[in-house]
Amino acid sequence: MDLGQFDRIGPYQWQIPQSGGMRVPAQIFADETLLRDMDDKVGEQIRNVACLPGIVTAAYAMPDAHWGYGFPIGGVAAFDPEQGGVVSAGGVGFDISCGVRLHVTNLAAADIRAVQDKLAHELSRAIPAGMGSRGSIRLNDAEMADMLAGGAAWAVAQGYGRTADLARIEEQGKMAGATPEAVSAKAINRQREEMGTLGSGNHYLEVQRVDQLFDDAAARAYGLAPDQAVVMIHCGSRGLGHQIGTEYLREMAIAAPGHGIDLPDRELACAPITSELGQRYLGVMRAAINCAFANRQILTHLVRGVFDRFFDAATLDLLYDVSHNTCKEERHAVDGVSRRLFVHRKGATRAYGPNAAGLPEALSATGQPVLIGGSMGTESWVLAGDARSEAAALSSACHGAGRAMSRHQAAKLWTGSGVTSELAALGITVKSPSKRGIAEEAPGAYKSVARVVEVAEQAGLARRVARLKPMICIKG
Amino acid sequence: MASHGCDGKDWALYPHDADIGVRGCGDDPAEAFANAARALTSAITPLSNVAAREAVQLACSAPDLDVLFVDWLNAVIYEMSIRKMLFAGFEISIEDTALRATLRGETVDIDRHAPNVEPKGATFTGLRVAKGPDGRWVAECIVDV
Repeated sequence: MDLGQFDRIGPYQWQIPQSGGMRVPAQIFADETLLRDMDDKVGEQIRNVACLPGIVTAAYAMPDAHWGYGFPIGGVAAFDPEQGGVVSAGGVGFDISCGVRLHVTNLAAADIRAVQDKLAHELSRAIPAGMGSRGSIRLNDAEMADMLAGGAAWAVAQGYGRTADLARIEEQGKMAGATPEAVSAKAINRQREEMGTLGSGNHYLEVQRVDQLFDDAAARAYGLAPDQAVVMIHCGSRGLGHQIGTEYLREMAIAAPGHGIDLPDRELACAPITSELGQRYLGVMRAAINCAFANRQILTHLVRGVFDRFFDAATLDLLYDVSHNTCKEERHAVDGVSRRLFVHRKGATRAYGPNAAGLPEALSATGQPVLIGGSMGTESWVLAGDARSEAAALSSACHGAGRAMSRHQAAKLWTGSGVTSELAALGITVKSPSKRGIAEEAPGAYKSVARVVEVAEQAGLARRVARLKPMICIKG
Repeated sequence: MASHGCDGKDWALYPHDADIGVRGCGDDPAEAFANAARALTSAITPLSNVAAREAVQLACSAPDLDVLFVDWLNAVIYEMSIRKMLFAGFEISIEDTALRATLRGETVDIDRHAPNVEPKGATFTGLRVAKGPDGRWVAECIVDV
């Protein structure tokens, strides 16, 4: 990325001043190295986002930002419905409510090590992963509608997990305002065999160990201790969300001129929040959020079932579940005035600071857990929301490492067998149906997640709490 | 993003940071669209791994050829998703901006096909349907995987 286009407005904050059709400035949180390594397309895309109607404060990109479609991955933008603000299907993406959940266990890493290969094998058998896999749960139309309205709360009522899990999920596991009746038959068809499936690409289930604590008090509040085993799941709303993204991206792109919106890039497809199309999208997107909540809740249930077969009285308590591809209605202070905004986070994590409304009581004093999925074989992170993030970036933080190279380049540099052997030598068991998929997801294909979270902390977006190292990785 | 054709081949995959670019070339839009769908399958598993055992018919229409290309790839992705199939054969006819096609393929065998990625949707990013200076048509866009 050419640094010449930026004003450095803070040690880790870079701004492209308002110009041309930009309604607000564009800001990227990064150090000089991360910024320089970003594709020029990130700058172009964040400038385009700043041109959209009704955007407030700035168009933001997180330290892990990379070239997306329309919005950059790692993009955050909020829109005011009273100012002609828009909702963008491109600003949420295809994998609606893709997110991460983390379970803390009462097991030590040594307990996992004693059964590691067998446990990895059984997890890979229990968790349908990869293209073409089928879940064991089939829903009829009425059950599908209940799931899309009820989210994880529906899943718990069906026996997948515990009531206590719900308090540890954004929106208590049930996104209000969902309109299952408006979800297309095609979207429902794509979900028929995909409940309780992991998906593919960068989605995974990992058994990890707590490698290092950075904030002892926050770690205690989160129930994290050194060398403890934890389980992380990264996946989203599966075929239903993909189809909704497909349908509304098209409809919004075609309808934009009729709404008086001149799109700098068709992928920024959007509609006024108050329009019929905008309202319809919000309803079905919220149904997809519930689908993602329910899907991850079912996966939790499947994982607990496997752990029960290996360990007496193993507990997998949900620390938190947070999405990183959403548009949420939130209140934020803008120039000292509380405003109702529609905040898009695409590859960015909501990061509420201490005492924010909506946090469970046990987490309130510490702030929301911000779960950062790392690349296979390196590390993942638990951060805590920082109160300063409200003013800095509408309570948002990064979501992962971000790719350093394309899948194509990675497949040329590594082989699946080679990566699997190298990780095995580090004590990490990888299970995946695709060797090429493993090569494309090689740890070296990603940026340093350690630097991304360090910059997120220094920029006041979220505080580092714990570093997690993988032991078992199940990938699609 | 190199974007000048298929370098003498019928189709190509091209890099994108997180996702995959698919490109098809041909003497007319229909051939370019069919070849782009071959590129899509090749992102998942080698084309030679997929047997053309079963036929699936589909049709779609759009306001223009660019959107028709995205609709075409998304229609193929939809059939892959609901039928758990991979396709190797694509016969297409295009009239104005409406398309009819027969896809030929087989049910995914996870062990044999070892699917590498799962396409989520074709995007408007990098979208181009155009006749090149050499008279060949190129159809391409980024697919979210």
